[in-house]
Amino acid sequence: MRQDTLRSHRVLREILGGNAVVSVLAIGLALLVGSILVVFTDPEVQAASGYLFARPADTVRAVGDAIGGACSALFQGAVFNGTRAGWANQIKPLTETLTVATPLIAAGLGVSVAFRAGMFNIGGRGQMLIAAAVAGWISWSFPMPHLLHMLVCVLGAMVGGALWGGLAGVLKARTGAHEVIVTIMLNYVAFYLVSFLLRTPGALQAPGSANPKSPAALDTAVMPTLSDLLGVGSFRLHAGFILVVAATILIWWVLNRSGVGFRFRVVGENPNAARVAGIDVKRVYLVAMMMSGGLIGLAGASQVLGTTTTGFGSGIDAGIGFDAITIALLGRSRPWGVFASGLMFGALKTGGYAMQAAQAVPIDLVLVVQSVIVLLIAAPPLVRAVFRLPAPAATTLPHRAPKAVNR
Amino acid sequence: MSGVSDTATKTVGARKAVSRDRKAPIVLDTFAVIALVLGFAVPRTGTSTFGLATRGDLVALPPLAVPTGGTVTALALVLAGLAVAAHVYVLFGAARRVPIWLIAGFAVVFLVAFLTWASAGRTVPVPGLLIGSLALGTPLIFGALGGVIGERAGVVNVAIEGQLLLGAFSAAVVGSVTRQPVLGLVAAMAAGILVALVLAVFAIRYIVDQVIVGVVLNVLVIGLTGFLYAKVLKSDVELFNAPDRFPVLPIPGLSAIPIIGPVVFRQTIIVYLMYIAVFAVWFGLFKTRWGLRVRAVGEYPAAADTVGIDVNRTRFRNVALAGAVAGVGGAYFTLDSVGAFNKEMTNGMGFIALAAVIFGRWHPIRAAFAALLFGFATNLQSMLGIIGSPVPSEFMLMLPYAVTVFAVAGLAGRSRAPAAAGKPYLKS
Amino acid sequence: MKLELRGITKRFGSLTANDHIDLVIRSGEIHCLLGENGAGKSTLMNVLYGLHQADEGEILLDGVAQRFAGPGDAMNAGIGMVHQHFMLIPVFTVAENMMLGDEPTRGGGVLDLDAARGRVREISERFGFDIDPDAVVGDLPVGVQQRVEIVKALSRDARILVFDEPTAVLTPPEIDELMAVMRRLRERGTAIVFITHKLREVREVADRITVVRLGKVVGEAPPTAGDAELASMMVGRAVELTVQKAPARLGDAALALRDLSVIDARGQYVVSHVDLVVRRGEILAIAGVQGNGQTELTESILGLQPRVEGSITLDGVELVGRTPRQILDAGVGFVPEDRTVDGFVAEFTIAENLMLDRTNGAPFVRAGALQLDAIEMFARAAISEFDIRAQGIDTHVGRLSGGNQQKVVLARELNRELRLFVAAQPTRGVDVGSIEFIHKRIVRTRDAGVPVIVVSTELDEVVALADRIAVMYRGGIVGVVPGDTPRDVLGAMMAGVTPQAVAT
Repeated sequence: MRQDTLRSHRVLREILGGNAVVSVLAIGLALLVGSILVVFTDPEVQAASGYLFARPADTVRAVGDAIGGACSALFQGAVFNGTRAGWANQIKPLTETLTVATPLIAAGLGVSVAFRAGMFNIGGRGQMLIAAAVAGWISWSFPMPHLLHMLVCVLGAMVGGALWGGLAGVLKARTGAHEVIVTIMLNYVAFYLVSFLLRTPGALQAPGSANPKSPAALDTAVMPTLSDLLGVGSFRLHAGFILVVAATILIWWVLNRSGVGFRFRVVGENPNAARVAGIDVKRVYLVAMMMSGGLIGLAGASQVLGTTTTGFGSGIDAGIGFDAITIALLGRSRPWGVFASGLMFGALKTGGYAMQAAQAVPIDLVLVVQSVIVLLIAAPPLVRAVFRLPAPAATTLPHRAPKAVNR
Repeated sequence: MSGVSDTATKTVGARKAVSRDRKAPIVLDTFAVIALVLGFAVPRTGTSTFGLATRGDLVALPPLAVPTGGTVTALALVLAGLAVAAHVYVLFGAARRVPIWLIAGFAVVFLVAFLTWASAGRTVPVPGLLIGSLALGTPLIFGALGGVIGERAGVVNVAIEGQLLLGAFSAAVVGSVTRQPVLGLVAAMAAGILVALVLAVFAIRYIVDQVIVGVVLNVLVIGLTGFLYAKVLKSDVELFNAPDRFPVLPIPGLSAIPIIGPVVFRQTIIVYLMYIAVFAVWFGLFKTRWGLRVRAVGEYPAAADTVGIDVNRTRFRNVALAGAVAGVGGAYFTLDSVGAFNKEMTNGMGFIALAAVIFGRWHPIRAAFAALLFGFATNLQSMLGIIGSPVPSEFMLMLPYAVTVFAVAGLAGRSRAPAAAGKPYLKS
Repeated sequence: MKLELRGITKRFGSLTANDHIDLVIRSGEIHCLLGENGAGKSTLMNVLYGLHQADEGEILLDGVAQRFAGPGDAMNAGIGMVHQHFMLIPVFTVAENMMLGDEPTRGGGVLDLDAARGRVREISERFGFDIDPDAVVGDLPVGVQQRVEIVKALSRDARILVFDEPTAVLTPPEIDELMAVMRRLRERGTAIVFITHKLREVREVADRITVVRLGKVVGEAPPTAGDAELASMMVGRAVELTVQKAPARLGDAALALRDLSVIDARGQYVVSHVDLVVRRGEILAIAGVQGNGQTELTESILGLQPRVEGSITLDGVELVGRTPRQILDAGVGFVPEDRTVDGFVAEFTIAENLMLDRTNGAPFVRAGALQLDAIEMFARAAISEFDIRAQGIDTHVGRLSGGNQQKVVLARELNRELRLFVAAQPTRGVDVGSIEFIHKRIVRTRDAGVPVIVVSTELDEVVALADRIAVMYRGGIVGVVPGDTPRDVLGAMMAGVTPQAVAT
């Protein structure tokens, strides 16, 4: 039963335990990589570089325009657009960022909980799809009063995600099946299952439609938006964001202040010692995976009840399940770190679409930047080498918040 | 060091407790019940026809027509008998295990029974079905071989998907710009190596968790190829994304054999390369110095280190080799089957290849057959879609993934990964 | 041939594992390197074998300075090593293991297995070993595996052979055979370095003895030197190997194992049909060579073994079939054999580790919430009571010395209402000062009327602590004898000879 976990867990800790400077530098480097891609594929830069030696200033200006255009589009798209009329329009990009960040944070928290218990949950896609299917089904099939309906849908989504995630937990606990492989495979099983249901009349397909798409959610189930609250503007930011803030607080408390979370962390750091200390490791695996799946389910609910309320297809997960992994890594699996990195990726995504529209820079650039950030953050020595930073003094143990109990 | 204490305690027990593994017979029971249900509960009438001939065969075999209902019932009863036999083997057999021939035979009979049932009143072109399976299976096999090499050397390669995709992309661009498919193939290998080297640097040099690097690399490659596809390839399709495909090279004589000829010997150079690669990896791993060292490094790196083998260098090189092999699989998409690059065109094939590695228990030949099986399932789904199948296509597409979940859960026999796979080697 | 180590210094961070060590090894000699656990013997040999690079000093072979960048260089220079943890790949055959790294090929890199098999047979015959070249190593008994290690080293024409703690996993008869093999090698001109901390073995075969303490050579001794002399050189002062303890005041039988068997994952009986009773107020020591079922026996008491037959009752309550949680709650304290793996979480603070097995309720968790004040108070008290040397309660346990780590484990386990205390290898890798402290605490626990089981492979510890001694061999109890049983009787029992047979 003994596992050679100490080494592999040291690796995990290295990722979870780096410092903030490395994070900032990693983000900078990743943006640099993104800029280089933008510059080299920009037609004006290419044109100007044709006569680089004759008039180098043209190339420099073209490079500057390309980067500057992309950056300002990014900022205007993600945070604040002063060119628009009225404050409601000007701050709309910020609310868009928060909207996009909502499911990212929820799913990032889910991946983090699994990480802290020593597991990789790569099954965010499948868990979101199942959650979306459950939430969607309740949202158009069972009329209920306002708010109650929405909350029942959210609960259903979380249960759906928890069960799908729990499947990987059960298999790991009962048979030792590696959760990475199981969750990857279950993503596809869920995808085909939901695809089938979406094209089957009487299941999830909208009545009278020939497309593989669900009906719209009833009004009672839709999450109220900021515009509903304020009565102005056309903000899409919805109540899901409040739920996600609440989830962040709750998960912080669970991981740092509760007995359950303590057991999660013991299992995550040293499952052998946990077993000897009377902690039911298998149960922790199951509970952590269910909690993880439930949080990712919240992301699914936020999608179908918040952003895509007029019916959804099998692409409703929108890659959030995978984004969540990078967000959890960037946030070092600390709830508030995840919250911050979720906001950042939300901004990158939102701004990325603006960039695509304004500057013809494909949105895929965001994926590149995102993955480079995570690669660099996972390897602090590399970032230090690039910037010639000194290595931290303590090499035997990772530099982590010293007072774990008091965090 | 846990392996040492394991072996230390092992000598203690003189007796062996009797243990029977009943998982295999239970799985067979399940499938036998499915067959019986198909035969008795939802019977289909009519005639099922199997087309066996293609143009160019030496002898044109006549189509084989059988009565659907009777055949399915008969085969279902055979399957039930085999399942009972499996129980008998487990209870009374000398080895207390189900022999492999029984499982293989069961699988074939079940497949025939299912095909007969599904094709009631229709014709199944058997060579076409098999050719399509091989076509879908070829990139999977290359990917799986890459996975086998990497994991045997102790590095888990979740980035097969990325290697296939970047391989496909590079093959398309280089093949198109140079008008030389061979150069495209070389570029695909280089692309696979590039992804592998990033994996190796992060996993080996910076000891980042291999699964994390793999997952992130896939995203990186999807982003990068997507970006360049939209920004560059679409700007001039003729120049960047119209590679010449490899021509079909029928092998004289062999290609005229009925069924086998068109399936196996009327293929492009990439498929022939695949045959060679499967054999070469098997031979290399188990019969050569290279393979002995690779396996040593993947099983117990400290032991390899003490006999003077540079563990991390060995891993580095073999991860790169694995990348090259997977890259060829990527080239198959753009230089053979599809003929142009599309965004995210590998569509999860890398993960099916990973599944084949596990289902094939880290053995190159078994992994290749697993990949073929998955290719067959995918192709069967599209064919059943054409002839009008009673089974929803999604469930056929789900099959490789579901089967892999069963495999890792140990329901289909015990699978053991190389002991040090996924663990970085750090000198203490 | 002459191998010389001059001024070898090796540092790991702030720790100096080897401090200017000089050593001369000659062919035809068995040179014992004697020292406590952690004295730096293995580090020195790893430097010699090219696994570590020395920070200072040089290695000379017949007067020529050598540079070993890796084990390959050392092997080429004629240095072989029999590792404490066998460096054999369990899924490979004997021949494959032997050839690894220096494979005979038929050209084109194709392995020549026949040549390798022939070489195994040839070397085996030369030394009278009976080894099947096609046997899979993982299936072989430990003693045979060690011979495969020796064959592997000899196949590279090793002229200097290092044995790193080779006897830890062997039974006394196997040890005798190993000694014979070492003598045979010596007669054929091989130079042998024998690393050990066991005095008896040293006296038996050594031609010369070098004693190492805290990374330094403290002196040489002739093989005729007495135990007391060698022991005081090893630990730096006269050692009191006996523990001051009053005679046991025996109470009722508390723990009873009846027909207890444990079956491992391979279906082997690793503990078979054990009957044992432990009474209140006594220390029952379980002696035996490592790997004879002691680990599984103690783990089965704690509910950590999945397949257990028979019965374990504590104060009349059946423990078999209960979870570790329920068994801990029933009042069982447990010090696991390998504390770094099973005993604590290295990245957690002392305070967190002290509550590790009480995460379900009062005093540390109430209504699901951690009680930070209670945790802190408990930690402060434990640090002073158990003399844990650390900066504070927030120090990571991974940063503590072995002795202090073990005190954390002990503080956690002893600060509860106990009905049974089980300590496996309580002083392995622990400094002498801490050993005395730990032994005293164990005796005090006994005196408080708690039944105690101590598992140890160190005969010294067994003799020092035990009121009664049970000896395990191949999963069974060979016999239960009084605490003052002579060592030679215990040694024979550890090889499977019953005490009755020893007496006659």
